[in-house]
Amino acid sequence: MERPLTSNIYPDRPPLNLKEYEKAGGYIALRKACSGMSPAALQKLVQDSNLKGRGGAGFNTGIKWSLVPMGDEAPHPKYLIANADEMEPGTFKDRVLLEGNPHQLIEGMILAAYAIQADIAYVFLRWAYHEAAALLRKSIQEAYDAGYLGKDILGSGFHLDMHLHTGVGRYMCGEETALLNALEGKRATPRAKPPFPQVSGLFGKPTIVNNVETLCCIPHIVNNGADWFKGLSYSEDGGTKLYGVSGKVKKPGAWELPMGITMRELIEEHAGGMKSGFQLKGVLPGGASTDFLTVQHLDIKLDYKSVAAAGSRLGTGTMIVMDDGTCPVGFVHNLQHFFAQESCGWCTPCREGLPWVEKILLAMEKGEGRKEDLELLQMHTQLLGPGNTFCALAPGAMEPLQSALKYFRDDFEKHIDHKKCPYD
Amino acid sequence: MLTAIEKKAIDHEIELVPYRKASVIEALKIVQQHRGWISDESVEEIAAYLEISPAEVDSVATFYNLIFRKPVGRHIILLCDSISCYVMGYRLLHKALEEKLHIRMGQTTDDNRFTLLPNVCLGCCDHAPALMIDKDLYRDIEPALLDDILKKYA
Amino acid sequence: MPTIYIDNKPFDVKTGKNLLEACLSLGLDLPYFCWHPAMGSIGACRQCAVKVFKDEEDTRGRIVMSCMEGVKDGLRVSINDETAKAFRSQVVEWLMTNHPHDCPVCDEGGSCHLQDMTVMTGHNYRRYEFKKRTYTNQYLGPLINHEMNRCIQCYRCVRFYKDYAGGKDLNVFSAHNHVYFGREKEGILQSPYSGNLAEVCPTGVFTDKTLKEHYTRKWDLTNAPSVCQHCSLGCNVIAGERYGQLRNIVNRYNGEVNGYFLCDKGRFGYEFVNSENRITQPLIRNQTIEATTHDKLIQHVGKLVSGHTLIGIGSPRASLESNYALLELVGKENFYQGIPDDLAYVEQKIVDVLQSGAIHTPSLKEIEQADAVLILGEDIWNTASVMALAVRQSVMKTAANHTTEQIPLPSWHDMAIKELVQETKGFLANMTVLPSQLDEIAATSMRAAPDDLARLGFAIAHILNPSLPEVPDAGEMINTQATIISKALQQAKHPVIITGTSCWSNALIRAAFDIAAALNGGLAFVLPECNSLGLAMMRAPSFDKAAAHVQQTTNTTAIILENDLYRCIPAIEADAFFSRCKNIIVLDTLHNRTTERAHVLIPAATFAEADGTFVNNEARAQRSSQVFMPANKVIRESFKWLSDIKALQTTAGNGHERHPDDLLLALENRFPQFAGINKVAPPHNFRIHGARIPRESHRYSGRTAITANMAVSEPKPLQDDDSSLSYTMEGYRGLPPAPLIPFFWSPGWNSGQSVNKYQQEVGGMLKGGDPGIRLFEQTTTLPTFYRDVPEAFVPRPDRWMLLPQYHLFGSGELSVYTAGIASLSSGPYISLSKQDAERSHVKDGDMVSVKTDGKTYTFPLSIQESLPDGIVLLPAGLRGMDALSWGSWVNISTEIV
Repeated sequence: MERPLTSNIYPDRPPLNLKEYEKAGGYIALRKACSGMSPAALQKLVQDSNLKGRGGAGFNTGIKWSLVPMGDEAPHPKYLIANADEMEPGTFKDRVLLEGNPHQLIEGMILAAYAIQADIAYVFLRWAYHEAAALLRKSIQEAYDAGYLGKDILGSGFHLDMHLHTGVGRYMCGEETALLNALEGKRATPRAKPPFPQVSGLFGKPTIVNNVETLCCIPHIVNNGADWFKGLSYSEDGGTKLYGVSGKVKKPGAWELPMGITMRELIEEHAGGMKSGFQLKGVLPGGASTDFLTVQHLDIKLDYKSVAAAGSRLGTGTMIVMDDGTCPVGFVHNLQHFFAQESCGWCTPCREGLPWVEKILLAMEKGEGRKEDLELLQMHTQLLGPGNTFCALAPGAMEPLQSALKYFRDDFEKHIDHKKCPYD
Repeated sequence: MLTAIEKKAIDHEIELVPYRKASVIEALKIVQQHRGWISDESVEEIAAYLEISPAEVDSVATFYNLIFRKPVGRHIILLCDSISCYVMGYRLLHKALEEKLHIRMGQTTDDNRFTLLPNVCLGCCDHAPALMIDKDLYRDIEPALLDDILKKYA
Repeated sequence: MPTIYIDNKPFDVKTGKNLLEACLSLGLDLPYFCWHPAMGSIGACRQCAVKVFKDEEDTRGRIVMSCMEGVKDGLRVSINDETAKAFRSQVVEWLMTNHPHDCPVCDEGGSCHLQDMTVMTGHNYRRYEFKKRTYTNQYLGPLINHEMNRCIQCYRCVRFYKDYAGGKDLNVFSAHNHVYFGREKEGILQSPYSGNLAEVCPTGVFTDKTLKEHYTRKWDLTNAPSVCQHCSLGCNVIAGERYGQLRNIVNRYNGEVNGYFLCDKGRFGYEFVNSENRITQPLIRNQTIEATTHDKLIQHVGKLVSGHTLIGIGSPRASLESNYALLELVGKENFYQGIPDDLAYVEQKIVDVLQSGAIHTPSLKEIEQADAVLILGEDIWNTASVMALAVRQSVMKTAANHTTEQIPLPSWHDMAIKELVQETKGFLANMTVLPSQLDEIAATSMRAAPDDLARLGFAIAHILNPSLPEVPDAGEMINTQATIISKALQQAKHPVIITGTSCWSNALIRAAFDIAAALNGGLAFVLPECNSLGLAMMRAPSFDKAAAHVQQTTNTTAIILENDLYRCIPAIEADAFFSRCKNIIVLDTLHNRTTERAHVLIPAATFAEADGTFVNNEARAQRSSQVFMPANKVIRESFKWLSDIKALQTTAGNGHERHPDDLLLALENRFPQFAGINKVAPPHNFRIHGARIPRESHRYSGRTAITANMAVSEPKPLQDDDSSLSYTMEGYRGLPPAPLIPFFWSPGWNSGQSVNKYQQEVGGMLKGGDPGIRLFEQTTTLPTFYRDVPEAFVPRPDRWMLLPQYHLFGSGELSVYTAGIASLSSGPYISLSKQDAERSHVKDGDMVSVKTDGKTYTFPLSIQESLPDGIVLLPAGLRGMDALSWGSWVNISTEIV
């Protein structure tokens, strides 16, 4: 089984430096691109590989790039941004790549920048990843020194500058348009789309924001071709995927696996199954803003389409397992607390609705819930849906809540009927 | 007054952006790195240096949770309160920390040694529960391990 | 024109609008908060949700925010869709979770957009049972009150204050449901447009602090359409009264003039009407009992008028009607403008230019739409505040228009446009004696003496039209600036040049004219007072000529109309004038130094107590209607007093003019330059279905008891013979003609947002046309260029040119009667350039003396870094400051006193 993204990552060894990375085949893809591959051809290649954005939305990366204005008339500077603001609760996959092989990301970014003819690239890194920050700083400098960054890269006439920006908190920064505002030194509130960042992005210029894992796939696609990449997958979505499992499993962790392995395989084989004494009660398959799946879904394939068909989203592909000893109401309250805190305060439903939901759930946990609270929760899951709010934060928050109300309704009712948390 | 070192670092950030005020977050980070937190005076100094109003600086500063607009202790404990850590025992850790430090979330110890703050997911959910002290990440933490960890920070 | 289907009914709508604007323009009710017609859409509040459908077959549809959805042909929309309705009602419930529900004690109650929208959405009973979030309020200065708990986080305040008006000290802080709108620290709001917060805020977070002193609900006010008295722009206002006191001023939308916004001087400067300093009693001085009655006064004046040489001194702040009544009384040859010769000369030049028809003078709306602006010498930040706001819009909109030529975005998409435009600005050249906040958005600025600014102007004109004379020895600075500016003006489709009278320089007017004529661009003027242009158009001689006149006679009776001569004429000259007059009759509203000189003092009505017509800076005649009749019957409109005096001269029944209508008609007949002015408002006998237009809302309370302290029986409503407005609640309840809108109200729309219902389309002109009659329009007349380039300004050894510095807060004669405005006023000072101060060995705060007009004025020095050398500035018009001979050369003593 090929694991292109992680094959050079060893948990007990420091990451490859430039020399080692080159030795392992690094920057060959860049050389290939720089020696005669047109930006359009690179875009086409990535589009054909069916690489879908690994940040959660799952949009075809090549198509996303194709919306950037190209040619002599295109506005400059154009920007390429690696979204390394990994802050989705339960998600730790980008960290593996950032700390494990920073040059892989840098090479992917240079290639992506080449494909859209960007002038400036940013890594937007979350503040807490101090180790990754140090590694990236060092690696970017190495890449400059080796002529992979800066003026006339590898004699191709292509110039690119790369900067590391570390954030100062706020989950919102992971949303690509809010991230742009943060990079501009503003409050990280989201922007309206359209216009899309490809047209009016950072500082009003054409911009692409891609997830770290997405970008890390690019060198391998360039090296091995679209068909190879598609062939890595068990499903129609191309490539491998970094899956992760946390919660009360025997071996929590993250693994690069073919896109489309089953949830059962992931939890039972790779994560070693549930810790003894605990039963699996529910799973958030792709981070905090995805709908619960339960035991009945264990055999679904973990690809974008199959997870959607089961009523959830693949999201980041890092799942959180809820065991039978954890109170679903407390669990969902924790999530809602997170989302309410991380609401930027821009639009009404999110800013006012989430704290209300959070307070209701807390009241339930304390045994102060009322029958009509269930209706209020249900109502919020309907009215905080996509399109009703300015961005996807609140709709994401509603996903675990609505599915919890569906799958674990009796738990909610018990809290109300018994006027206490049955798990205490 | 911003120090020469602070100004130099801010100047470097200004060079990277199309206009001065776009470096305000970097400027806040730089000043906080040197002074521990962002006082009203710091806000005014940054504003003057970037040629924007203090209100504009503060609007940004108060938005981000890791810009501290109140004094903090010598060491900052960021306790992850997100879902994986919640499942894996965050509440016990939280209780233990509050008892050991005699402070509540958001407070600073009397000796100014620690400030305890909640933090969203630290991105090491496979080793939950986790906390971070200054730049050091601690994973798979049980309350019993806290004493040994805390004593490293004077 | 696209056709859209709203709840299956077809409607034709205007291209380029969003769905919310389209629905509101169609008269449909759709609730909203964050959208504002002047500020566009941001999609934050989510209140204006509707459902759109893909096609006729689509029955599910999807919720969209109507403010963020452009109209397109065939669009199918439902406002009445149950899901959309439920969502809109839920948005209000969310907003109300933390709202204090303190309507009974909230100043906004009864004119609250949030109340209206709450009722409109049908949200009644709250289900939120938890503690409300609370905030600490801030002291924001003497004009605006802050009550943050009421906030519904629509972001309108910060978008107006910061983005629209360029203010820097109000912002949004914190995040999630803790967002806070205020200052970074308590303190006085620095923007001169802060008062608009009270109107843009949809609830009671920001309210009018002056109203608090005599609070009245909107529905209890007696209102009338009025015109601001505090500068020459003639912003339209609604003034409200109760219990004989003027209670507040709010914006009266006029699409061509002030649009939605006023400056703080205009909004808050009304307290002079209620001042204890009002003249409340006719006085005949030097009698045992000076107070007298109307009849005795008229009798007495009759004696002073007949058999004496009669002269009348008019007023740039009195209405046309009153000025004309005085002219009629004293005769055209004896009527003088109450302003000094130098100023009269500059104003005459402006009238000449306007009357020539050779150029177009733009309205404020047109200035907003200009794509390049040159300000030549006028400190509009201080002398025409709302014009400065319009210039800012031009700078912002031009940048947006340029950018969206490349990347098309609808003009209402405020957020996306700002993100795209970033820091790009349109072209503004701010060429003035002193810096102002407009420099921040200017592409280029220059500080120079008035004559040098005029030379710059002529240099620009020369580049635009090389047949115009070259400026000799222009120097590098002028040449460089002229090149930059002429290029920008040439590239513009709608360039506007702004100049004015505040430098007392007619060279500036001439230079500005030559530029505008060479370009065929707009030329806007700023004048000192609310009726300066109206008075100037009567083409009467200046005060200096009146002074010369009295030198030749010994039995002059001078009638001075609403004019404190000591504010515009140096005291030494005013004293000399008065000492030559045998009888001095003064009509005015407030006691001042001129009224002290009166032998006969006549109490005049203020704008709020009178009908009157004023001509603004664009020669737009506008009617200001009487808001209330003073209970004190001896306070009367000046034109009525003057008509009564005039009646003594004519035989009984010989129809002397008493109505404003009649006076305007007579004015127009006598002076063709006023042609058409009698159409400024419908005549006094205008009725709609036989009914008058009520000044009071139908909810006006206490009518039967309001005078019970005097008599228990309900009095007969006051009769207004001068206009078609009535002093009752009864009358025509439909839309009145635009010049007669006493207040904005529509069923379900109690707040000022009801203005939507009075407009042809939201943000467009009022139904029936925006009020006002423009007296001059551009004709095919070819311009006659002035070509007379002045000499360069050369500083003189030990002499300084004395120039005025105007202050928005402080320079106004009347506005400083508002305590809050007085407290924001500057104290007296003397300004020199940095170099001049250094050369004279004085520093900031040192006491410096200026000797002029027979007196020595000693004030602390305030160094103005960029002031040109050789100029000394004193603040003009501060209370207690004498008028000085602006433009003259003076000595300065820097000996420390």
